Amino acid sequence: MKINNTVIKVCMGTGGIAAGGSEVMDAFRAELKASGIEAAVEKNCLMHKVGCRGLCAKDVLVDVIVKGQKTTYQYVKPEMVSRIVKEHIIEKNPVADWVVGDDYHNFHKKQLKVVLSDCGSIDPEDIDAYIAGNGYEAARKVITSSAPADVIGTIKASGLRGRGGAGFPTGVKWEAAMKQSSKQKYMICNADEGDPGAFMDRSVIEGNPHAVIEGMIIGAYSIGSDKGYVYIRAEYPLAVERLRKALSDARARGFLGKGIFGTKFSFDIKVKLGAGAFVCGEETALIASIEGQRGMPRAKPPFPVYSGLWGKPTVINNVETLANVPYIIRNGAQWFSSFGTEKSKGTKVFALTGKIKNSGLIEVPMGIPLREIIYDIGGGIEGNRALKAVQTGGPSGGCIPAEMLDTPVDFESLAKVGSIVGSGGMVVLDEDNCMVNMAQYFLQFTQMESCGKCVPCRIGTKRLLEIIGRITKGKGKEGDVELLEKLSADIKAASLCGLGQTAPNPILSTIKYFRDEYEAHLKGKCPAAVCKELLTYYILEEFCKGCGACLRACPAKAITGEKKKLHKIDPAVCIKCGACFDVCKFKAVGKE
Amino acid sequence: MEKTLEKILKDTKENEGNLISVLQDTENAFGYIPEEAVNWFASKLDINPSVFYGIATFYAQFHLKPRGKNIITACCGTACHVKGSDRLINGLKQELALPEGEETTKDMEFTLEKVNCVGACSIAPVFIINKKVHGKAAADKLIKEIRSIKGSKSENK
Repeated sequence: MKINNTVIKVCMGTGGIAAGGSEVMDAFRAELKASGIEAAVEKNCLMHKVGCRGLCAKDVLVDVIVKGQKTTYQYVKPEMVSRIVKEHIIEKNPVADWVVGDDYHNFHKKQLKVVLSDCGSIDPEDIDAYIAGNGYEAARKVITSSAPADVIGTIKASGLRGRGGAGFPTGVKWEAAMKQSSKQKYMICNADEGDPGAFMDRSVIEGNPHAVIEGMIIGAYSIGSDKGYVYIRAEYPLAVERLRKALSDARARGFLGKGIFGTKFSFDIKVKLGAGAFVCGEETALIASIEGQRGMPRAKPPFPVYSGLWGKPTVINNVETLANVPYIIRNGAQWFSSFGTEKSKGTKVFALTGKIKNSGLIEVPMGIPLREIIYDIGGGIEGNRALKAVQTGGPSGGCIPAEMLDTPVDFESLAKVGSIVGSGGMVVLDEDNCMVNMAQYFLQFTQMESCGKCVPCRIGTKRLLEIIGRITKGKGKEGDVELLEKLSADIKAASLCGLGQTAPNPILSTIKYFRDEYEAHLKGKCPAAVCKELLTYYILEEFCKGCGACLRACPAKAITGEKKKLHKIDPAVCIKCGACFDVCKFKAVGKE
Repeated sequence: MEKTLEKILKDTKENEGNLISVLQDTENAFGYIPEEAVNWFASKLDINPSVFYGIATFYAQFHLKPRGKNIITACCGTACHVKGSDRLINGLKQELALPEGEETTKDMEFTLEKVNCVGACSIAPVFIINKKVHGKAAADKLIKEIRSIKGSKSENK
């Protein structure tokens, strides 16, 4: 049997694989073989994996393209494959029951994809797929026909700013490095995405690694570097694997190595695996880590562009920043700067997570109102509950309360309301989330990750954590909130690096907008019923069916009751683990 | 052991490695950093063992104690946190009868470790059991998986 012009794309990012992407792909292969069309698979029916297309919550997502007509299926499981092959690929009738709905299309409608334009549509492990879409043409163009200063001019004119958190203009950084006379310079890609709740860089590398490599080649050419490193988290095994393959493919094609594109320009890239330290996202700490030492930051200046890796001028750019570069060169500075706001140009990739319906990876023009992200792209709050706040910027950022949802999302506007764009984590919180608990969560993280070099951060964050800890336990004292504010201000002012300077932000911003929740904790109440020590669990008489599920689940044997009769929780024995709450199907366990 | 260590040292020299990559290779080879290995490298490289110790304790990836046969990784990222990963972790601790402050079961079968974020936030809460990612994890499913690992072990006996 002959099948013409059919393409099957299976989502195989970390999310897709976790949902069973490999099994789905195997099922397609087996099914095509069983249908007798296997011989045509390679030639006329293309099947390939693609990186993340964003809406991981609906994985496994599969595109079936028949004669240019694309149909996307959601929640695909191996057992669904035979029907798709039979009805859609052979009989040409898409299986309407499994096709994505409006929410999938709405999720994409207000997005604007630059960095992610090829993610989710090309096979990340196939260099030819990237080349077919003009890949490596930008690098060829600049290396063979532009002077480094002109390339830097284009990047400066585009208004591209660092996407790792600080938002420093990329072109200015490159220019400073270019002007250094040192013979040896380094180009580093920072893929140490350590913010909890962020996966933009992972998705970009998993979905389109060649764009990052091409960006690095262009950067290296501009500053005059022949050696680059990608410092990537070891916690991202799939991204590391795809990056390594992409590097060796690029090397085989002569895009990396000696005499690139027949010129005198040489450049190669090595992968350095991070060993698990959040502070290594800070550039001087990252450099120390590449050198094989403890990743501790040092005072700046001198900035790495003057004295970086092994004392040589070094440019460090974030993954997303670099992935923007080839597209800017291809389409021009003006094209890029037509997106975004006056001071924040282009787009930004966010990891939209938490209590949101369409959780996933999104790319939006800078300046888009937060409301559009949450309700149009994100589809609103899970279970239609009430939105409480949106946390941006991870442990260095702050929260934006529901009443400020019209805030435009760009560097300046978020800073004005006390948060940051940061690397792009965006966590949606609903009425069931306790803001004091959230602040404590982030502080626990930064306190643990503090490298210990400078006192304000090492000891200051520890003291902050103790104070907030006693507040969540109902043992807070009058004046504790003010003490948190005072200590936070001191830590911000006196810490050596960005970690300490921003660590108090989650506390300050939750106090600013949710002071009442802190006050309630001081009075022994957790309004969202999250803080364990302030909770009591009880059984609601009218709902309890006496099924015994809670009794069996209780590890402390605090629940008593006969079958089909009302059960009871003994508060003196209860360890407040919440197991009963989780297992009860009748909503008969209450907490307050 | 010495053969493995010699190979690590050779690879390191050939690939411009450094102390971190030495420790990473050692961790990969043994599942943790044995004290003997550190002393061996220290004498070969003429670097004080305390320097190795300083690096090994700085980075979360290195373990100074042997770990269990089955590794359960609990993601503690923000998205997993807001979706209740804490409660799931406590449930697993009960299931594995792990004492407070311990990561590995006495019989060396299981290690339950927490990591900052595995970056799979849209399928939170996330657990990784022996390298297989379990998204949208629920207590009953996780416990079932763990019991099936325990079960297959006792069948083999």
